[in-house]
Amino acid sequence: MAEAVLGAMWLGVTLYAVFGGADFGAGVWDLLSGRAAAGAPRRALIEDSIGPVWEANHVWLIFVLVFLWTGFPRAFAPLASTMLIPLTAAALGIILRGSGFAFRKTMTTVPLRRLFGATFAASSLLTPFFLGAIAGGVASGRIPAEGAGNLVAAWWNPTSLLGGTLAVLTCSYLAASFLAADAARSGMEREADWFRSRAIVVGILTGAVAISGIAVLRSDARVLFDGLTGRALPLVALSAAAGTASLGLLWSRRYRLARTAAVLAVVAVVWGWAAAQYPWLLVNALEIADGSGSAATLRAMLISLGVGAVLFVPPLLYLMVLAQRGELAADSAAKPEGGSR
Amino acid sequence: MVGVLLANAASAGDLLAARQQMALSLGWHIVVACFGVAFPIFILLAEWRGTRGDRDAAELARRWSKAFAVLFAVGAVSGTILSFELGMLWPGMVAAFGDVWGLAFAIEGVAFFLEAIFLGIYLYGWDRFPPKAHLLVGLPIPIAGAASAWIVVTANAWMNHPTGFDAATYSATGRVIDVDPWAAMFNPATPVQATHMILAALMVGGFVVASVYAWGWLRGRRARRDRLGFTIAFLVALAATPAQIVVGDWAARFAAEHQPIKFASLEAVYRTEAHVPLRIGGWVSGEQVRWAVAIPGGLSWLATRDADAVITGLDSVPADERPPTAIVRSAFQAMVGIGFLLLFAGVWFLLAWWRRRSPPRSTWFWRLAWAAGPLAVIALQAGWAVTEVGRQPWIVYGLMRVDEAVTTAPGIRVGFWVVTAVYAVLTVATVFVLSGLGRSLRSADLGAADG
Ligand code: HDD
Ligand code: HEM
Ligand code: HEM
Repeated sequence: MAEAVLGAMWLGVTLYAVFGGADFGAGVWDLLSGRAAAGAPRRALIEDSIGPVWEANHVWLIFVLVFLWTGFPRAFAPLASTMLIPLTAAALGIILRGSGFAFRKTMTTVPLRRLFGATFAASSLLTPFFLGAIAGGVASGRIPAEGAGNLVAAWWNPTSLLGGTLAVLTCSYLAASFLAADAARSGMEREADWFRSRAIVVGILTGAVAISGIAVLRSDARVLFDGLTGRALPLVALSAAAGTASLGLLWSRRYRLARTAAVLAVVAVVWGWAAAQYPWLLVNALEIADGSGSAATLRAMLISLGVGAVLFVPPLLYLMVLAQRGELAADSAAKPEGGSR
Repeated sequence: MVGVLLANAASAGDLLAARQQMALSLGWHIVVACFGVAFPIFILLAEWRGTRGDRDAAELARRWSKAFAVLFAVGAVSGTILSFELGMLWPGMVAAFGDVWGLAFAIEGVAFFLEAIFLGIYLYGWDRFPPKAHLLVGLPIPIAGAASAWIVVTANAWMNHPTGFDAATYSATGRVIDVDPWAAMFNPATPVQATHMILAALMVGGFVVASVYAWGWLRGRRARRDRLGFTIAFLVALAATPAQIVVGDWAARFAAEHQPIKFASLEAVYRTEAHVPLRIGGWVSGEQVRWAVAIPGGLSWLATRDADAVITGLDSVPADERPPTAIVRSAFQAMVGIGFLLLFAGVWFLLAWWRRRSPPRSTWFWRLAWAAGPLAVIALQAGWAVTEVGRQPWIVYGLMRVDEAVTTAPGIRVGFWVVTAVYAVLTVATVFVLSGLGRSLRSADLGAADG
């Protein structure tokens, strides 16, 4: 039962990594989109493609958190206490990202759009970094089974730095390949090319960091290393293959397939991490069986999720389809036009 | 177990900082969350009138939805922080009881999804759907909003009225066994607290939105659309107010029965006595209420409907189990006083409407309507102060103290100041953005009138 709940939670992690990750990555590209005039069409594309969906995608994070503390309360407590600093930083990043994005949309003058836009973009860079660093701390066994571990070393260490860097790169890669596809769909060839070339560069960079990361894990996160090179090896190989394939597809401008391959690469690596770490919840400290909540609660969670999924999955898919077809657009009728006067 | 806790307990300063950080972020979130419950109702009412040919109402719906988009975004992110903080600041409570009260949050996730999904479709679908269908797409938003308010309050109600596990074993050994998450979720304190909360959300949302228009009215903005905006929001709030007072009375009687010390604290009953008077106004000083109007037997009657009933006083528990009574009582008085003042504003409006089918003309009414928004927010905060401070020193009533639950990590004070600074900036930015939005929409109006 605990495994089933954990599996559901991990599904949430995966969906957050893919969709939430792409939203964060879009913020990174917003940051790198160039000066106001030149970057305007790219920023408009970013705004249109994440606007309708980012709040729904964000709920996956909440889903993961509540599943973690309800299903595995004894893991959540030391995790949250030890990761006080990066969690606070990620939380602030989440606040600034969401509000910066929403605020910018209502702004009509360039300096203010720039201010809120910069807030949105910079926090899109920081949040995945800290979330990745937390993952690195868990995977390298730096969280005790009770109380709080070292508040700094737990997330400022080789594995965490690797995790944070990879998170930022992966988000950017996903976003660039998503945005290239969105641009191509809307007939914005120039923007599609802009994102395509950046996706390829970041993709290669991500691969390079991941490969050199192996050495880091070997010396700093032995359990994870052994898992990744043992039980999880097929998933790691799948991720590498899918990542390479997505680069090739981007190169030949087959954007939709490239995007699918990029998603597959991320999914495989997320599950590879899970497989490598199994059966540890907190590596070298707490195993699943010791950290899970009561059986009655786990059962109730699965029941609620099953019933709830019937309610929210169809509309969620509908939202995604509408967004994918480009049928959702910001309200045009009552748009403020103060800036032009 | 206890030894371990004491060995690395948090300092008093860190405990205070953790409580203040929690109070600040909850107090911030709750105001915005009220709009999540109430605002979509106003928007849909306006849009519905719009589909029946009222163009002012249709325009109002579109404009309001822009403001709501901003509020929803800050509501969602400020709520996320709370989920982090439960673990960062109160690991003791999460580790011991996470699987008891957590289910409510797991279910709430569904409501969050529905709210966020339909809001995305609604806000970005004005041009995609025909008017009636668009209205329909909006309908799940307030329903999910109220549902999420209801579900999250179950968690708080559980802290006041812990059920769903073997409390005797926990008191004796510190072990949590026989967990029944459904029983925890359906704890008996939920119906009254959740109803009170949802009504409060309608009042806060309604009075605040109306307050913006009342301010405009005082400054001469009295177009038909402005009047319509005022009326929709004010009517919803006005309808909620009398119901709120009735439910408030229920809440007080429920507390008298199940949390007698909290009740004693909110009425400053120091000694257990019969025929306790109701004291209105005044303040607490040295275990006495000074300068209050006393109605003999009033409190006994309110709590039990028997003027001679015995009320449990604070003297029935050791001093370190009593909440800070001066704070709790003044918060309670503020909430109740504001409740009746807002009722008065509503009656005024209704009388004018009944006499001549239009809102009151007196400037004093509009000043009161303008103040009603901030007052409703104060009542909301005061109510939460009553609930949360009145529960002290317990985090889980009668079972776990706050100092057993708080994190042992050092430096909580630093975090508190960082969070305070961020919330201060966020508050200023939100107000700035919303008023800027109003201004640019109005200047668009002027442009339209010129051209
Ligand atoms: C607009 C806001 C508002 C207004 C006008 C009132 N309340 Fe309230 N009250 C709240 C908003 C609120 C709340 C939403 O802030 C609380 C905090 C926790 C809760 O469930 O509701 C609350 C809590 C609360 C409690 C504590 C419940 C507990 O901890 O168990 C009592 C006893 C009352 N209220 C009683 C009243 C009475 C007698 C009112 C009569 C006028 C009243 N309230 C008006
Ligand atoms: C479901 C909702 C809520 C939950 C689960 C919750 C939980 C908590 C927790 C865990 C604490 C710290 C422990 C304590 O001091 O007892 C706390 C304290 C506090 N909360 Fe709540 N809370 C909720 C709603 C609110 C809201 C909406 C407010 C808003 C104004 C609020 C105001 C406070 C205050 C003022 C304190 C500090 C009490 C003190 O230090 O004396 N709470 N709450
Ligand atoms: C009485 C207290 C509370 C009420 C009535 C309440 C209500 C709401 C509502 C209506 C929303 C929708 C967002 C919006 O419209 O702005 C929301 C969002 C949220 N709340 Fe609260 N909330 C309360 C306390 C809490 C607490 C204690 C937590 C967590 C520990 C929490 C976590 C969240 C989260 C994570 C979201 C974001 C959901 C999303 O992305 O859609 N809330 N809350």
